[in-house]
Amino acid sequence: MNLWLTMLLAGLATFLIRYSFIGTAGRLSAPAWFRHMLRFVPIVALTALIWPDLLMPAGELQLSLRNPRLLAGLIAALVAWRSQNIFLTIGAGMLALWGLQWAM
Amino acid sequence: MTPPAPAAAPTPRREFAAGLAAVSPLLLGAVPFGLIYGALAVQAGIPPLLAVAISSIVFAGSAQFMITKLVAAATPGLLIVLSVFIINLRHALYSAALADKLAHLPARWKILLAYLLTDEAYAAAIRRMESGKDATQVHWFLCGTGFGLWLVWQLSCIAGVLLGARIPAAWSLDFAGTLTFIAIVVPLLKDRASTGAMLVAGMVAVAAFALPHKLFIIVAALAGMAAGVLIDQLVERRQARA
Repeated sequence: MNLWLTMLLAGLATFLIRYSFIGTAGRLSAPAWFRHMLRFVPIVALTALIWPDLLMPAGELQLSLRNPRLLAGLIAALVAWRSQNIFLTIGAGMLALWGLQWAM
Repeated sequence: MTPPAPAAAPTPRREFAAGLAAVSPLLLGAVPFGLIYGALAVQAGIPPLLAVAISSIVFAGSAQFMITKLVAAATPGLLIVLSVFIINLRHALYSAALADKLAHLPARWKILLAYLLTDEAYAAAIRRMESGKDATQVHWFLCGTGFGLWLVWQLSCIAGVLLGARIPAAWSLDFAGTLTFIAIVVPLLKDRASTGAMLVAGMVAVAAFALPHKLFIIVAALAGMAAGVLIDQLVERRQARA
C-alpha cells in the first residue's frame, strides 16, 4: 500500500478511537462500574508504556543494575514523588541516563 | 472604594490561557521526543514532507515512533494501520473519561477536541476537570492544552526531520517521552487502589509484551483498571466491617 494512503488510514483510525465516546456521549450511558474503572485510566495507560521501556529496553527483560534506563527511571520516579514537578523529573531522568550511560 | 473584582470568571480566553499554562511543563518532554521522531522517520526512508504530515495526520507520539520502526522494517501498509489502531486504543479510555463533560457541545467542538486528544493534553486537563470549578468553559481549557501540545509537537518534529542523522542515537532522546509519563503518573498514586492498578498494569505489560501489534498496552490497561476497582471494593468492605 502507498505510504501516504497508509498514514491517512492510520490517522483516520486514531481519530475514530479518540472520537468514539466523545462523539456518542449523551446517547450511550456508561454503567457505574465502568465509570469507576475510568478513574484509573491515566495511571494504567501510561504505566503500560513506561514499564516495558524501563524493564525491557532491548525487547527482553533486563532486571539488572546494568540497565541504565531502569535506574534512571527509578531516580526520576523518586524525584517526581518528592517534588511533584514535571520539569525536575524530566531533567533529573535525562541527566541520570546520560551519567549512567557514560559511566557504564 | 471600588468593589472587589469577581473571582476570575471562566471566560474562553482565561480558560484557553490556563490550558496552555497547564500543558507547558509537559512540552519539555515533547520536544526531544518530537526531535527523535523526525530523525528516525527520515532514517527509515519516509519522505520528509510525509514525515512532517504524519505529525498532523496521526498526531500520537508513541504511535509515530512505532511507525518509523515498522516502515524501516518494510512492514505492509495494512499491518501498520492495524498496529497504530491497537497502540492508540488507550485513547478510547480517555475519550470515555471526558465524554460526559463534553456531551453538551456542538459536533464541531467534539471533533476538534477528539483530534487534539493525546496522553499529555488529557493528563494536563485531569486536575482542572476534577477541581470541581465552574466547568461551563472547560472545552476552551482542553483546547488550550491540546493546541499547545499540537503546535510544539509539529515544530519539534519538523526540527527533527531537518536535523535528521545529526541527532546521535546515543543521546537517547526518546527517553524523554517515558520520563514525561513518569512525571504524570507518580503524583496520581494517592491511594492503595491507584498504586495497585499501576503495579498490575506494569507487570501485565511486561508479561504480555510479546503479543502481536502492541496489544499488551490495552491488555495491561484493562487488567490494571480491574485491579484498581477490586482494591477499592476490598477497602470499602473492610471499612464497612470496622
